[in-house]
Amino acid sequence: MTAESAVRPPPASAAPAAPTNGQREARARAENRKRRLPLLPALIFVIVVTQLPFLATLVVSFMDWNALYPDERGFAGISNYVEVFSDASLRRSVVTTIVLTATVVLVSLVLGLGLALLLDRQFRGRGLVRTMLIAPFLVVPVAAALLWKHALLNPSYGLINGTLTWVWSLFGSDDPPQVVWLTEFPLLSVEASLIWQWTPFMMLILLAGLQSRPLDVIEAARMDGASSWQVFRYMTFPHLRRYLELGGLLGSIYVVQNFDAVFTLTSGALGTANLPYTIYQTFFNARDYGLASATGVVAVIGTIVIATFALRTVSSLFEENDR
Amino acid sequence: MSTATSPRPPAGPADAGSAPAPRTLRRRHTPSLQRQSPLVGLAAWMAGLFFAAPVLWMVLTSFHSETDAATNPPSVAAALTLDGYRSFFGATSGASPWPPLINSATASLVSTALVILLALPAAYALSIKPVRKWTDVLFFLLSTKMLPIVAGLLPLYLFALNTGSLDTIWVLIVLYTSMNLPIAVWMMRSFLAEVPAEMLEAAALDGAGLVTILRRIVAPVAMPGIAATALICFIFSWNELLLAQTLTGVVAGTAPVFLTGFVTSQGLFLAQVCAAATVISLPVLAAGFAAQDKLVQGLSLGAVK
Repeated sequence: MTAESAVRPPPASAAPAAPTNGQREARARAENRKRRLPLLPALIFVIVVTQLPFLATLVVSFMDWNALYPDERGFAGISNYVEVFSDASLRRSVVTTIVLTATVVLVSLVLGLGLALLLDRQFRGRGLVRTMLIAPFLVVPVAAALLWKHALLNPSYGLINGTLTWVWSLFGSDDPPQVVWLTEFPLLSVEASLIWQWTPFMMLILLAGLQSRPLDVIEAARMDGASSWQVFRYMTFPHLRRYLELGGLLGSIYVVQNFDAVFTLTSGALGTANLPYTIYQTFFNARDYGLASATGVVAVIGTIVIATFALRTVSSLFEENDR
Repeated sequence: MSTATSPRPPAGPADAGSAPAPRTLRRRHTPSLQRQSPLVGLAAWMAGLFFAAPVLWMVLTSFHSETDAATNPPSVAAALTLDGYRSFFGATSGASPWPPLINSATASLVSTALVILLALPAAYALSIKPVRKWTDVLFFLLSTKMLPIVAGLLPLYLFALNTGSLDTIWVLIVLYTSMNLPIAVWMMRSFLAEVPAEMLEAAALDGAGLVTILRRIVAPVAMPGIAATALICFIFSWNELLLAQTLTGVVAGTAPVFLTGFVTSQGLFLAQVCAAATVISLPVLAAGFAAQDKLVQGLSLGAVK
């Protein structure tokens, strides 16, 4: 996670044994420098803009600093961290983040797999169906959250309750169930809107995986009398595994950071506040800079632990199809 | 999931009748084993409509009057009107959405241009003429995407506050560039790998420098990939809310920020909201559909072709 691990300086070479060796080494070093040059602007930019703020956050996390009481700024030791781990609402937001991310990613993967299997077959209007299925992913997240909040989940005129009224009226009932979704099922509502947005993403990746299957082998298995289920279980699914892992990883990277849906749909109320929302809230409304920073540092450490495993998965993934 | 399928596909029209049966035509990119099955088609269409329904409903409602938009059961066939769009563009409230839309466009386009400018040489140094430890560099870049942005928010806010760049478009441009740069390098790397080695060798033999090679050979050959990368970076910048919400205000607020503050009006507002959501999503929908065939490769960082 540190810059040092990525940009290693050229090794301090031992004293050259012979002049020719020294020359060769110098040439190799010059060549290396030349190769590194095009990389440097991007790398330096990323390090300065993304890594320095984290260092500053780390410093502030050990400070007693509330913008509402500017005179009381000072060193706080680990008291902010003690508060992070003892505050029940912060602990709850950690759990919410995990539940939210895991639910959205897993359900999107399962639905995406189903849709990808359908789209892998041939039928009339396949291109159009594919386009329709991608659409949710291409709605601006804030717009999608507003759409869910007001046009779909609104208890008095939202599409979902409206459809319930309509279906019940078909059977002559004038007493349809009308659910106040965001109050009765707040977390489920946030999850549903995110699953709707992320399923297309999973579908695209899994569909690409399906279409890269070695077809001749599968054809041969069919010739030998393998059933559709056997082909799926023993050939398609193992082939898809790495695509499932990739979709899960990329989905997690984005969903774990989700702010838009929580902010717009519920404003973090009723147990839907995840870590990004809680940190934003501590920093922006409570103005407790020290506590917000400590929470941020804890979130970063948690992410690093999980990301280390995740990165190992990806690197094995890329080893297979790299040149 | 999959409908009940027998291992042998049902006899289609192609099999019936004259021998030798002509092979069923296969479309490009459709290495499907099974032939058409009406059940699969039906299921796929229903799934497609189900997922698209909220989007279609959003567009339809945006053309309804406020009273028709707020009925239960929904008025699907109500008369169409442009009132929602008129209110969104400031006919009633007087607040014009153009400044935020222009801010969004500026931040997204300028940061995307910067990303491409920085990512192209970097991707070159990580794929075509790789530096030593290039995998370390790649994974370092990816790891920066995993760190929650929110954890760096306070220093960024204080920095912007103290340098007087709070509520300016520049702070967003810089942050969006750093937000997209790691992903762009990954995507571009996979697209650059498709540039034929012989062309690069020939250019090197002719003594072409880095800039010439990038401009004359790499960029033209990898253009579709670069365009797809640019579109995806544009989408991510256009969508971004947290940074814009925190670091901008009245002057440099972007379209998503405008949208979150939009639902404060009294009375019925559903048609307006749908019109606003439609207008703001339109550039992303257009960019996404335009990049459809490269979307997977780009979004999967080149792991999936």
